[in-house]
Amino acid sequence: MSAADLTADGGHETPLSEQGPAPKQVVVGYGFWLFLLSDIVIFSALFAAYAVLSDATANGPAGVRLFDRQRVFIETVCLLASSVTCGFGSLAVQKRNLTHAYVWLIATLALGASFLKLELSEFGAMMAMGAGPSRSAFLSAFYTLVGTHGLHVTAGMAWLIVMLTQLRTLGFQPMVRRRLFCFGLFWHALDIVWIGVFTIVYLGAH
Amino acid sequence: MQAGQTLRGAGRTSLTAVSCVLFASCDRGVLGPKGPIGRAEKLILFDATAIMLAVILPVIVLTLVFAWWYRAGNRRARYLPDWEYSGRMEMIVWSIPTLVVLFLGGMAWIGSHDLDPPRPLQSQNPPLEIDVVSMDWKWLFIYPGKDVAAVNELVVPVRTPIDFHLTSSSVMNSFFIPELGSQIYTMAGMTTQLVLQADVPGVYVGRSAQFSGDGFSDMQFNVRAVSTEDFDKWVAVAKQQTDPLDVSGYASLVQPSHADAPRTFSSVNPGLFDYAVMATTMPTKAESH
Amino acid sequence: MTLGKLSWAAIPFDQPIVMGTLAVVGLGVASILTLVTYKGWWAYLWREWMTSVDHKRIGVMYVILALVMLLRGFADAIMMRTQLAMAAGGAQGYLPPEHYDQIFSAHGTIMIFFVAMPFVVGLMNFAVPLQLGVRDVAFPVLNNVSFWLTAAGVLLVNLSLFVGEFARTGWLAYPPLSEIAYSPGVGVDYYLWSLQISGLGTLLSGINLTTTILKMRAPGMGYSRMPVFCWTALASNLLIVAAFPILTATFAMLLLDRYCGFHFFTNEAGGNPMMYINLIWIWGHPEVYILILPAFGVFSEVVATFSGKPLFGYRSMVMATMAICVLSFMVWLHHFFTMGAGANVNAFFGVMTMIIAVPTGVKVFNWLFTLYGGRIRFTTPLYWALGFMVTFLIGGMTGVLMALPPADFVLHNSLFLIAHFHNTAIGGVVFGVLAGYTYWFPKAFGFTLNERLGKMIFWCWFIGFYLAFMPLYALGLMGATRRMQHYSDMSWRPWMLVALCGAVFIFAGIALTVAQLIVSIRQRDRHRDRTGDPWTGRTLEWSTTSPPPPWNFGRLPRVQTTDAHWASKQGAATLASESNELTSVHLPCNSPTGVFLGFFAVVLGFAMIWHIYWLAACASLGALAVGLIHAWRPEKEIEIAPEEILAHEARAVRGVA
Repeated sequence: MSAADLTADGGHETPLSEQGPAPKQVVVGYGFWLFLLSDIVIFSALFAAYAVLSDATANGPAGVRLFDRQRVFIETVCLLASSVTCGFGSLAVQKRNLTHAYVWLIATLALGASFLKLELSEFGAMMAMGAGPSRSAFLSAFYTLVGTHGLHVTAGMAWLIVMLTQLRTLGFQPMVRRRLFCFGLFWHALDIVWIGVFTIVYLGAH
Repeated sequence: MQAGQTLRGAGRTSLTAVSCVLFASCDRGVLGPKGPIGRAEKLILFDATAIMLAVILPVIVLTLVFAWWYRAGNRRARYLPDWEYSGRMEMIVWSIPTLVVLFLGGMAWIGSHDLDPPRPLQSQNPPLEIDVVSMDWKWLFIYPGKDVAAVNELVVPVRTPIDFHLTSSSVMNSFFIPELGSQIYTMAGMTTQLVLQADVPGVYVGRSAQFSGDGFSDMQFNVRAVSTEDFDKWVAVAKQQTDPLDVSGYASLVQPSHADAPRTFSSVNPGLFDYAVMATTMPTKAESH
Repeated sequence: MTLGKLSWAAIPFDQPIVMGTLAVVGLGVASILTLVTYKGWWAYLWREWMTSVDHKRIGVMYVILALVMLLRGFADAIMMRTQLAMAAGGAQGYLPPEHYDQIFSAHGTIMIFFVAMPFVVGLMNFAVPLQLGVRDVAFPVLNNVSFWLTAAGVLLVNLSLFVGEFARTGWLAYPPLSEIAYSPGVGVDYYLWSLQISGLGTLLSGINLTTTILKMRAPGMGYSRMPVFCWTALASNLLIVAAFPILTATFAMLLLDRYCGFHFFTNEAGGNPMMYINLIWIWGHPEVYILILPAFGVFSEVVATFSGKPLFGYRSMVMATMAICVLSFMVWLHHFFTMGAGANVNAFFGVMTMIIAVPTGVKVFNWLFTLYGGRIRFTTPLYWALGFMVTFLIGGMTGVLMALPPADFVLHNSLFLIAHFHNTAIGGVVFGVLAGYTYWFPKAFGFTLNERLGKMIFWCWFIGFYLAFMPLYALGLMGATRRMQHYSDMSWRPWMLVALCGAVFIFAGIALTVAQLIVSIRQRDRHRDRTGDPWTGRTLEWSTTSPPPPWNFGRLPRVQTTDAHWASKQGAATLASESNELTSVHLPCNSPTGVFLGFFAVVLGFAMIWHIYWLAACASLGALAVGLIHAWRPEKEIEIAPEEILAHEARAVRGVA
């Protein structure tokens, strides 16, 4: 508590920490960031479990035998592309252009759906050859880590459908724009998690 | 007035409590070790406690003294309404805990290495290996070198390092003989290792220290530390029992039961312990395909 | 429409103790519901409390929840103490293992998750926005949702007593014991689902309070001018955001093992129970700091206020708090030194654990030097603070003792361990929340609690604690292990009897707490707080009326120092400056979203526990529907006109607010 604390505002700019409560847009974005960080902690725990259990194949099939790198590559392209389309969608929202926003966001939805379809077909194929999650600890960890990411993608797509409807019924009000901003953060964060999954699970398969 | 009574009451209660604990159980359990591991651990307990008491007792006293002296009714006490920082006090305040922690940290490092459970003990007698399997809710002890086994009774020769190899047939347990020292978890599918030694003949109690289900409280076993001659006699008597322990005998032994009476087995199937380690990792029913 | 595993056999008709409890609880709940209906209070309760998004109301509801659950958790404790007083030598006591195992598991689970956590969260909810000089938390509706999710967890845990059973695994449910092979009943499922649901509530609350503290403070309140309680609340909530997701993930893995045949922690097919222990304690150790840091914060406020001096060493208190926050993630292995990780690993974690004792020690010294040179008033909160300082030091000492791996090798899982963590939990957390409860009660309700009874409550807890737990230190040294339902060594029995006496003292303390509430309400006119500042406080909450208006501050205060309220009383700096115009204040509307989400959470949890999957699907759809309705809610707000604010402030000046 120095003398400097007691000056009236004369002369220097008030530091951000002393400017009082932040505006709603900032507060909502910040809170959502914290939620995303907590979500990433969940993924960290699942990554840790995967790392510990990656050799626990119980004399069953190991990753290198099961994973189809080509399919995974296409999935990755779909998901990364969907982040690009989501970005363009955000720009359209900023410009209040409903048609463009719809086009880009529906493209995002379509790419997300392709990702999910490929992932589900991968799971189905693996289970058909006896490599289901209850076969071994390694497979339990695999399905949980990749599946949790897939569940997040599914939830994101459901959220996007709701947002598209809200755009229609409520227009570009601040509340709708805030939520679309949060959706964008969520969708991009899922991309980042996928890069981790892709690297550790599929490229690191042995 | 009220403040003074309050503080004296607090002081008295604390002192009584501390004394009770300190003077309790002076030569039983952990404070009455009968072997080198336990003795070393007791020494660490006492040393660490003494060092810390040297810090916390004065702090407790100062707390009560300051609270009493600086009570609002005391006109003789100085009121320092703006005293909220002192560089010198800060230095002391950070240094005292740091120094204590440095010292105890050193103790922790050295102690952890010296008393690492699998660390062999120096002795003129060769070590005796005993394989331990914790079950629901009893203990199986296999003496591979002597080809006998026992349930719920551990007989060991004195002044001989015992090299325990431990596993579990089901859930986690912890093998603990308070009067001999360290405990170690037993876990299915893997082996833990612990070296203990009894220097004084006698009967001690061993138990599980990790909760393992409804029969947990009955997982007690006797530990008999005897002379080498008596130990050899016990082995010989055990070998005269008619029941050897084989895989099917083991399978009925692992069935849940509790408060099992101590018994012995005249011989043990050679790979039985390794079998016990791996048995729980086998799938129990057909996994979904 | 099957009912999964549910049948009439789930109700324990053959257990008289449970049936008796059901009768009493049923009668009690029925009477309360009848009274409320008869008096026509439903509209009031719904409007003013259940759907309230006001942090003050939500904070009070959390504390009420905690106090009610304290009764259940303590009932478990008294049952354990009486059982152990009886079951010596060959005696078996009156609680067979199947029941005793549920009782100690429920005791731990309830005390940590449904007493300590809600109490701490409730106090932070109530006090932090007031101390920060703002009107509410960052996300008021989310705050309400968090409360009802916690309440849903409470309801599920209590249902387990009457329908089915509870976990018989201890409060952390280690596998393989908690796996379906060794715990085929519904007990572990009750445990997992109720904690997943309330854990979500806690996580959302952590996000809420962190955002509030970092992004919503009165103008001028930079970080170095924030009250220390807010700093400890920040550290605690950061820990919640970082640690609770690990609990969620770990429990999800155990649920997958139990429901879908996965093999994370099973004995066979490569599962790894040791991994569960690591993960659960990576959450578990930060959890205890989540609980203790706000308690430390309460004591900082209490000691400073009742010494009439600023807290000594503000900056080092803050640094110590944040150091503890970070370090708490680096010590988890000390909970299982005996699992055999090897000397280097054990030693590392032992040393790290001791390092965390340094900032804790610094805090104790700072409180000591706050007392020094003070003019100390011996109110009930200060009694709690002094009791804490003495007691917590002992608990901390035994903790550092067990941080030495070779010492832990003979003390792990013994009654010495039990004594240590009750020492810190009671001497630290319980004393802290009871101090906070007494300290902020007048702010919440406009009148102080009866002081004489308050001090009696303190003495009951203080004496009770020492009588109940000092014998346990001795027993642990004698080789007594925790969670034993009976024991053969008769020499343990006298100690168990002394411990039972301690429990009786604590029971008296709890009974007196109930009595104190009734008496204080009766005497409220005599102890009315007319100034808003009954303790001559230092921080901003004491500049409002008691209770504060819904908007807390008509004009947000303009802060220029720490201890902003004290400074303004000294005339050193003005708070609400004239350039801070009085405009209309907009408050968020009430919301029923939380109540409905809580309801569907209970149904979902119950359905999953009993494998009634169609019901679980319906409940999920219901929750989704509630979410969608909430998403389309109109953005209405309540407008408080400047006239109303001025009228309230005028009444306050006249002393009749």
